[in-house]
Amino acid sequence: MTQPDEFRVDPDVDLHVPADRGELAAHPAAVLGAIAAGGVLGALARAGAQAAFPHPPTGFPWATFGINVSGCLLIGALMAVLTARPAGPLVRPFLGVGVLGGYTTFSTYVVEAHRAVLAGAPGTALAYLAATVLGALLAVWTGDAVAGRLLARAGGGEAR
Amino acid sequence: MTVLLIAIGAALGAPLRYLTDRAVQARHDSPFPWGTLTVNVIGSLVLGAATAAPASPAVAALVGTGFCGALTTWSTLSYETLRLSREGARFHALANMSVSLVAGLGAAALGYTLTSTVTG
Repeated sequence: MTQPDEFRVDPDVDLHVPADRGELAAHPAAVLGAIAAGGVLGALARAGAQAAFPHPPTGFPWATFGINVSGCLLIGALMAVLTARPAGPLVRPFLGVGVLGGYTTFSTYVVEAHRAVLAGAPGTALAYLAATVLGALLAVWTGDAVAGRLLARAGGGEAR
Repeated sequence: MTVLLIAIGAALGAPLRYLTDRAVQARHDSPFPWGTLTVNVIGSLVLGAATAAPASPAVAALVGTGFCGALTTWSTLSYETLRLSREGARFHALANMSVSLVAGLGAAALGYTLTSTVTG
């Protein structure tokens, strides 16, 4: 536990991590610009997937489910890579905070569950709520584990 | 046009998540990720309220898909939960997931009910 990144809990920004603490003061426009640009790309990808796979109010929201689970897989992998191989100061803001934060959504998740209940499908709502929690946690764990193993095999990365 | 409105909403929502998260952490030093919980609950409240409003597709794209979608996040929530459980903070990990769910659902229902009541 000597590396500061070992203490990171929040991938968006964690003030316990010295680099995160100083990044906004060091380059405010670049950091916020990278987050905004990444957020736009992530949100448009999410909107595209939701438009391609619409669902009725009583149906299972497969598009949002797939978006949130795949986004969790990718954040697990991204943070494993960035922890083992520190990159430029804008990589986490752009890819993690921006693209993946903008791609995944918590508000749509709870509103879709609420809508399913109102539409008379509480079973679908419950299944959707539980499946996303399980899928998201399994995905973030898998992304972290697979990226960690690949990094260790490639050498240079710390053994996990 | 819809694409542009989603982009504008997301360009505001994503940086606001980062700035809110920083502001909450700066005032409240804790291993529990209060900052992410804050943005997820506020975004759920706003989206719940917007869903009940007789809004145009343009407002839905700007406020719902763009702003609330980018303000709130599942990737951050799941990674925090993974990290908390790895650090031995099992209680915090479980609390992070359950409080987010209960507060997020409650906020969405509250926003929806408030708007429904106001708009009739």
